[in-house]
Amino acid sequence: MSAGLDQPAERAGLTGSAALTSEVAAYVARLARIELSAGELDRFAKQLGAVLEHASQVNALDTGDVEPTAHPLPLRNVLRKDEPRPSLERDAVLAEAPASEDGCFKVPRILAEER
Amino acid sequence: MTGDGAGDQVSGGESQVSGAGDQVSGGESYGDFEPVIGLEVHCELRTRTKLFCGCPNSFGDAPNTNVCPVCLGLPGSLPVLNAKAVELAMRIGTALHCDIRPSSFHRKNYFYPDMPKDYQVSQYDEPINVGGWLELPDGSRVGIVRAHIEEDTGKTTHAGGTGRIHGSSYSLVDYNRAGVPLVEIVSEPDIRSAAQARLYAAELRAILVATGASDGRMEEGSMRVDANVSVRRRGASELGTRCEVKNLNSLRSLTRAIDYEVRRQVGIIEKGGAVAQETRHFDEAQGATVAMRSKEEAFDYRYFPEPDLVPLAPDAAWQSEVAASLGPMPAERRSRVSELIGARGGTAGDGATSASQIATVVELGLDGLVEAAVTSGVDPGLALARAANEAAAGGDAARGLDPAGFTALLKLEAARKLSATQAKAVLAEMLLHGGDPATIARAKGFEVMDEGELATVVRQVVDESPGEWHRYLEGEEKLAQFFVGKVMKATRGRADGKAVIAALDRLRS
Ligand SMILES: [Zn+2]
Repeated sequence: MSAGLDQPAERAGLTGSAALTSEVAAYVARLARIELSAGELDRFAKQLGAVLEHASQVNALDTGDVEPTAHPLPLRNVLRKDEPRPSLERDAVLAEAPASEDGCFKVPRILAEER
Repeated sequence: MTGDGAGDQVSGGESQVSGAGDQVSGGESYGDFEPVIGLEVHCELRTRTKLFCGCPNSFGDAPNTNVCPVCLGLPGSLPVLNAKAVELAMRIGTALHCDIRPSSFHRKNYFYPDMPKDYQVSQYDEPINVGGWLELPDGSRVGIVRAHIEEDTGKTTHAGGTGRIHGSSYSLVDYNRAGVPLVEIVSEPDIRSAAQARLYAAELRAILVATGASDGRMEEGSMRVDANVSVRRRGASELGTRCEVKNLNSLRSLTRAIDYEVRRQVGIIEKGGAVAQETRHFDEAQGATVAMRSKEEAFDYRYFPEPDLVPLAPDAAWQSEVAASLGPMPAERRSRVSELIGARGGTAGDGATSASQIATVVELGLDGLVEAAVTSGVDPGLALARAANEAAAGGDAARGLDPAGFTALLKLEAARKLSATQAKAVLAEMLLHGGDPATIARAKGFEVMDEGELATVVRQVVDESPGEWHRYLEGEEKLAQFFVGKVMKATRGRADGKAVIAALDRLRS
């Protein structure tokens, strides 16, 4: 996990221009593992474009004198003591999973990548 | 990140060479090329609970017994940051001379079953520790870019097929580790050899243990290393294309993987090719780095601020409290032991052995034992050897050894009331169950062999091996060890090696 701070979203053209192509919508859908038809891609590209355009109005404001907001709540250092609390019953947890084996969650084999 | 639970077989013995340079042979000559290396070290923090929930942070428990709605990412659950994890991160930052800054948390989004939430919470553009450096025992300095807080992922095991991802039919996931606090320490690309990388990792591990932040157990995955490796022509100022090598979970793997990766890249460039930027995995069995398959968009993590966590900004009072509570760091402790030993008239072994032993005892936190023994008059060479070898082999138990008991044992050995073999056996028992060395020795029936009894055994052994005895008489001195071994076997370790040699000498003259 490198600390590289490059933003692929910028490369994909997700920032700046409000016009959003269905190609970009397809990229976003793929990242979210959502399968969309060509018609849906077109429709969502328009809708997402409208959202971005709305948000881009903020960019028109001069915010030179405004402190960046890290969080909407005026809170810092919300911490808890390092004290254990009971965990859940494993059987109850695994009962919620589609499949389990040997006390573990059982998931389909991972095809694409090893992270 | 995944696959790091595989673990390696390197035991406590691994650390014994850490201070004494690398194990790469041939002086790492890469011809006209120079490696440029930066390391990313993931360190699991020694907290009682996870980073954002009260589940125990405990290695080796039955799978999925330390999970709750927060670390399982169930809807409606909310994370709350563990104060101890913040304190340990600050201890690490302070020990590495970093600036402690106001920081925040982001979500790193990806699809992989090792995180049930489908994101990992990590510090992104505002890490808690920024800048800093680490000085190696050889005097070189490696810059620290940042040391930030993040949560660990669960452990996936690929079942069926080969046990590796490709060809496995399904995976089993254990979320006990999901949400365990980590600090990731990112170095500048200041490292120029596999040997220096090893020194850095070993020194960093010693520091992490000294701060109390980590147990430093690479074999249990408490400390995991990724290496960013590139090469360039000597004298060039720009950097070459780098590859990230993952899954280095022992110091030995680290040196082997870097050495292999540098040679691979040099080979490509020498043939007129270009190194492709990619992530590679070190295959222990093959001793080679192998490209990992990845999709282009796998690296689009869509970081965004974690809305469930507020910013972190430790105030000056907390920062100075942390700084004041840090004990001496390994470099200082090593010089203290060296000085003490120097003041007591040197060592029994050679300088390199003694430096390596000092590094080991400091790394494992056993310097207190050595100091206690040497201060009360035990030979420094003996104290160092027993601490760095036999006590160190006891792992965690060694840190629990009573300095007075350790000293008393070495005094018995020095006074020849116990043979070396007997002393080691008593120490092993002390490590297992504790207790007074003299009492243990009596219980084991250990007693000094008087000179007459020993002479009889030596005589017997010599009579059984007339050929060897003849050669010994002719001046083949190394055969002394042959006879010592025979006598040890005959007496089950009750004899003292030096006494045996003295007896042989008497027989010879
Ligand atoms: Zn939990």
